[in-house]
Amino acid sequence: MTMQPASTEIASRTAAIIQEMKGLEGPLLPILHEIQEEFGHVPQAALPVIADGLNLSRAEVHGVVTFYHDFRARPAGRHVLKLCQAEACQSMGSDAVAAKIKQLLGIGFHETSRDGSVTLEPVYCLGLCACSPSAMLDGEVIGRLDDEKIDEILAEVRS
Amino acid sequence: MIPRIYIPGDSGSLALGAEKVAKAIRAELAERGIEAKIVRNGSRGAYFLEPMVEVATANGRVAYGPVKPADVKSLFDSGFLTGGHHKRWLGAPDKIPFLAKQTRLTFARCGINDPLSLDAYKSLGGLKGLQNAVAMAPADIVKQVTDSGLRGRGGAGFPTGIKWKTVLDTTSERKYIVCNADEGDSATFADRMIMEGDPFVLIEGMTIAGIATGATKGFVYIRSEYPHAVATMNKAVEIARKAGVLGVNVLGSPNAFDMEIRVGAGAYVCGEETSLLNSLEGKRGVVRAKPPLPAIQGLFGKPTVINNVISLASVPIIMDKGAAFYKDFGMGRSRGTIPIQIAGNVRNGGLFETAFGLTLGEIVDDIGGGTATGRPVKAVQVGGPLGAYFPRALFDTPFDYEEFAKRDGLIGHAGITVFDDTADMLKQARFAMEFCAIESCGKCTPCRIGSTRGIETIDRLAAGIEPEKNLALVTDLCNTMKFGSLCALGGFTPYPVMSSITHFPEDFKPAPARVAAE
Repeated sequence: MTMQPASTEIASRTAAIIQEMKGLEGPLLPILHEIQEEFGHVPQAALPVIADGLNLSRAEVHGVVTFYHDFRARPAGRHVLKLCQAEACQSMGSDAVAAKIKQLLGIGFHETSRDGSVTLEPVYCLGLCACSPSAMLDGEVIGRLDDEKIDEILAEVRS
Repeated sequence: MIPRIYIPGDSGSLALGAEKVAKAIRAELAERGIEAKIVRNGSRGAYFLEPMVEVATANGRVAYGPVKPADVKSLFDSGFLTGGHHKRWLGAPDKIPFLAKQTRLTFARCGINDPLSLDAYKSLGGLKGLQNAVAMAPADIVKQVTDSGLRGRGGAGFPTGIKWKTVLDTTSERKYIVCNADEGDSATFADRMIMEGDPFVLIEGMTIAGIATGATKGFVYIRSEYPHAVATMNKAVEIARKAGVLGVNVLGSPNAFDMEIRVGAGAYVCGEETSLLNSLEGKRGVVRAKPPLPAIQGLFGKPTVINNVISLASVPIIMDKGAAFYKDFGMGRSRGTIPIQIAGNVRNGGLFETAFGLTLGEIVDDIGGGTATGRPVKAVQVGGPLGAYFPRALFDTPFDYEEFAKRDGLIGHAGITVFDDTADMLKQARFAMEFCAIESCGKCTPCRIGSTRGIETIDRLAAGIEPEKNLALVTDLCNTMKFGSLCALGGFTPYPVMSSITHFPEDFKPAPARVAAE
């Protein structure tokens, strides 16, 4: 299990991030990105600190965090595999690719494997539409997914 | 002369293995004791040839592609550093038919050189537009952009100059330029290519927009799915600041302009301009009702120019060569060039910049070369997930805003997804509703509820439950969404749904009949 930082530690690190970024125009999204970068997710304990720091209500901060697909309520697996499921990739068989990967990993979209090695997510377009079907593994882009590349991805996430 | 090797570093090429190729080339250079300079350029956009490696020879550039790491040894054996023949040899890159047939104005430099070299940018004509602009009165810049006929390349096609004029004429102590780089439509990657392949052209275009309207601050809102574009743009802004392109005295003039790169958070709807503004302000990305127009009350309530990447990146050439030069390309009320992105199940996928007016058939068959699978083309979706599916019968439609509208379609951000005859159009129609349900911001009812009811109704159609009644229901629902939604997400989702039903009725027949027909 990943060690979770104590809520006092979350609060103090969050406060430091806010201090650093609150001078930006419209600082909330940059702050949330930075918090997710720091903790791997946006912890509940950070929300009241943000609300205080930016003079917002907790409800407003909660509303923003939950609106955007990117912000996680809990940490992801050690690897994050995003499979493009948009039209251009559909035209090249992304459905079958996703079905195969789900079966091999034993998890569905928005799920993390039991050993915590990988979180699987759909993504709607990586801008690699002339190289379909495409995927992103921990920020690395992969185009024209085929069986060989799927094997490489699985080897990587299992290592 | 030390040989120069160009290996693309944009995310499209990286996805096809450019990094492995670069590694193999570096290893081979070391093993053979050859000294060479490796330049990581952007992509020229011929993705069916990527990774396309180029070498500078005495007779100009010679390209090889698509290069696989396993090809590298034999490339060296064939003397590719001096343009030697090899099975991957393509010749001069600008003579490759896919590239030679294009009219590159906005993408003139993209893929040629190191995107972060300001010197290379200048040597290829960069900053000339901005130099002209700093010597002009704001109203004259706006007039030149208006006269060029440039229309918003994000999809709506609103005249860029008119938007700018509204901001110029609105008095305020603070104004903003916002670049919409939330390129979420499937089949589109033009914005990504510019940001990764020629970022200074966007910075130049935004700076001109600032000078033209009296705005001193710009934001580029880039989607989080584009980490490479975010990194390149951040570096480019830093370089531009140091070189005095951005700052309190743009190119030594009294004009001030600076900009920031902001990253989205995975919400498709933030590509809609008012929800993008809310997102930049740190709010939920819900759509705002218009009026007030963003040009009058935009970001933080201030007058704001909000333009797509390609619209802004087309401004420098207009300011360099003049309105008449740009306007000379195109047809009807669609002037200039459009970067068409040919994607999906297509043999020659990539970016093709050309004047408006090519027919859909020419784009798909002649330039795209038909499907990648070699099967017949069944449908082509034009304009992303909110665009209509066109059957072969409509392939004579010219690529033009009005011509597409006449046939109940839209060109949107000019992305084209090709599907072969295995596509099930009922499934595609269902996906359009599903996507709308996932991405709806929830503010207006037709989009929020309509999309979910749409999925359920199409599922009943697929199951053969009261087909006539349910087809009528979907049609009625689409009508409500089209006219009752606040923005294009709910308003345009009916395009893919209704075009599928209209042009491919056989896919919507009750399930037993469909099975029997197969």
